[in-house]
Amino acid sequence: MAAKAFDEMNSGAADSVRAPYRAVANWLAQTSPEKVAATRHEVDVFYRRHGITFGAYGAVDGAETTIPFDIIPRVIAWDEWEHLHRGLVQRVRALNAFLADAYSEREICRAGVIPEQQVLMNAEFVAMAQGLELPGGVHAHIAGIDLVRVGEKDFYVLEDNVRTPSGVSYVLENREVMMRLAPELFSAMRVLPVADYTEELLATLRSVSFSDDAAPNVVLLTPGHYNSAYFEHAFLADEMGIELVKGSDLFVDEGRVYMRTPRGPQRVDVIYRRVDDAFLDPLAMRPDSFLGVAGLLGALRAGRVNIVNALGNGVADDKSTYTYVPEMVRFYLGEEPILNNVPTWRCDRADDFKYVLERLPELVVKEIHSSGGKGMLVGPTSSKAEIEEFATLLKARPDNYIAQPTLALSTCPTFVGQGVAPRHVDLRPFVLSGRKTTIIPGGLTRVALKEGSLVVNSSQGGGTKDTWVLAPGAAANG
Amino acid sequence: MLSSTAKNIHWMGRYLQRAKSTARLIEATQRMALQSRGEEAAGVAAIFGMEDEFRQRQQQSSGRLASLIDFLVIDENNPSSLVSSIGAARRNAREERNNITVDVWESLNGLWLELSERLRGNRALLDRGALIESVKKQAVMIFGAAQVTLLRDEAYNFLQLGAFLERADNTARILDVKFHLLRPDGDPHADGLDYFAWSEVLACIGAVRTYRRIYRSALDPMKVAELMMLRRDVPRSVHHCLWMVDLSMSELADAYGARGEADRLAGELHARLRYARIDQVFEMGLNKFLGGVRGDIATLSDEIGRQFLLD
Repeated sequence: MAAKAFDEMNSGAADSVRAPYRAVANWLAQTSPEKVAATRHEVDVFYRRHGITFGAYGAVDGAETTIPFDIIPRVIAWDEWEHLHRGLVQRVRALNAFLADAYSEREICRAGVIPEQQVLMNAEFVAMAQGLELPGGVHAHIAGIDLVRVGEKDFYVLEDNVRTPSGVSYVLENREVMMRLAPELFSAMRVLPVADYTEELLATLRSVSFSDDAAPNVVLLTPGHYNSAYFEHAFLADEMGIELVKGSDLFVDEGRVYMRTPRGPQRVDVIYRRVDDAFLDPLAMRPDSFLGVAGLLGALRAGRVNIVNALGNGVADDKSTYTYVPEMVRFYLGEEPILNNVPTWRCDRADDFKYVLERLPELVVKEIHSSGGKGMLVGPTSSKAEIEEFATLLKARPDNYIAQPTLALSTCPTFVGQGVAPRHVDLRPFVLSGRKTTIIPGGLTRVALKEGSLVVNSSQGGGTKDTWVLAPGAAANG
Repeated sequence: MLSSTAKNIHWMGRYLQRAKSTARLIEATQRMALQSRGEEAAGVAAIFGMEDEFRQRQQQSSGRLASLIDFLVIDENNPSSLVSSIGAARRNAREERNNITVDVWESLNGLWLELSERLRGNRALLDRGALIESVKKQAVMIFGAAQVTLLRDEAYNFLQLGAFLERADNTARILDVKFHLLRPDGDPHADGLDYFAWSEVLACIGAVRTYRRIYRSALDPMKVAELMMLRRDVPRSVHHCLWMVDLSMSELADAYGARGEADRLAGELHARLRYARIDQVFEMGLNKFLGGVRGDIATLSDEIGRQFLLD
């Protein structure tokens, strides 16, 4: 690894403890290892008993595993968050403007900022969504923006997730757990609350109904309990007090969507779907899908039901469109981006491709449409054989890859084995866009539990931490 | 509430009750086997409607009762075994995480985790008794959690329907089969009373002491039958269960403002048990009476599915 990573607790001036972490450092110093071990055990029992599980795809026995939770919180000072907040609002506004444009006039293409083929030839482009006028013009109602930090003031956007981003249930559950396990630390630090997320989410969903019904019927559509994020689907539906439905619970009649109940059919106005585009409607998309509802897209086009997030959002968040987001901010908002992209080489460009091939051992190379930490090469931690193997894939389809420098992601103190050690983290805040934009303070901090690893995805053995955004002025008192 | 939710909750109640009844039945049978007449296994097989299955297994394996008990307790290929029933109840509950309380989910999930843990070890060393005891005790706690914490809404009534339909059928089946084994001619007054056998019948529904409290007399086959079928105050009697079924049906009818064939049948069944007299039942023939009741319970179950779109 190139430079020493920025440690969010210990990289203060002259290697002192940074102000936001002072209380955490004291707490760590005062808490005995036995107490810590007991607490960690308690956490594991809590998560298992609550059935807060994550079934990684491909687990042999369809087993439910819990995502490891680290009990040392990740702390963000108010002024840091304030900066991120402004940057996130700006970025998601631009992404929404782009999506509305991509499915209507494509002015950004006509202006020569983004090539039209980048939109139209994109595998995620959904022709059925062309010309749809959505309530409030919003397409990405729930966005998860992955951020990484490399220095005191240096944050980068690693990727945008505007299809069906998950993980917010861990933000809420982690907080519950931390308040239970470390009340003394929690109360000493003036942490901003996150519990109103589900209320804001429901308000967002209701605000984008086509109907002007005062209390539109909102449901959450899940692929079912074999889906790895099923716990989250059930959790969110429960917290919002809305029905958790599967495709088989819904049907379309005369262009309207209904749910089956013992009382008879009940109309549905907004569907917060956690089912991928391709599976939503067997009549319009994949005919072999059992997860969707026949005729759903017809009802959407007729303005009878809204689908959240909108169809075809993948054109805005794949790893090649990513390179254009700063341009989107300038084009649609006339502003300079507050949050920077990681410098990215596009392998479909001859010069970039040549550069990438020469420097594979030092770069991170990613497949454009992949997610979950799959289909990627982390040069510095890969063997020569792995790099050669990946190079073969890359040469076969250069247009399928992008590359980035290997960032020294910031580290946070984390319990490993018998002690505390720095581990790399990222941050996924969740941005809600309806008639207004809301972000709960912080987001999901994912941590790579393996020493030196930069892959934080839960499907690849990553864990999570509670993320504490401190109230204004709180760090100074820490 | 979704129809699929009604269905899942209904079946959660049924499977949980099935596991509870099975656990109790096996325990009673094992106790009986200690004072053995060697026919317990056949009797149990008959109660589960598995005589053929059992005969086949008998030819293959030694230790008849033990192998049958394994089939009923830990065999995951037997959809009615204890572990299968708890697994099914938990699957139903998991799909309805957002429609049941944390207390119900946690207690059911806790039981399932415990069973999974026990089954992971060496099967030869597995303590069957402890496992059965655990299911019995915790099933009571899960139903208790449901009683204390669930909102009295439609879902609650579907849970009640599932549990009481299953329990009514279970008690009727035990009485039907055991009575036939002990009194093949159907005459409750025949000579020769096998005290242990009759107390075993009561133990299957956990009512030995209840019998003494109510009748304060020696075991009498006719009174045993009355207690299990007709006593409204015995919570596992067929009458009591069908009363509860009728009550939940009325609640649902009030909530939905509509009644159907299932409501009529539930009312009729309830009335039949409520107004029957034990001497008349034996005049007609216990077997025939119970056969009719069990047939109608099955029909009612189908009608509920049809009426509330559970299918």
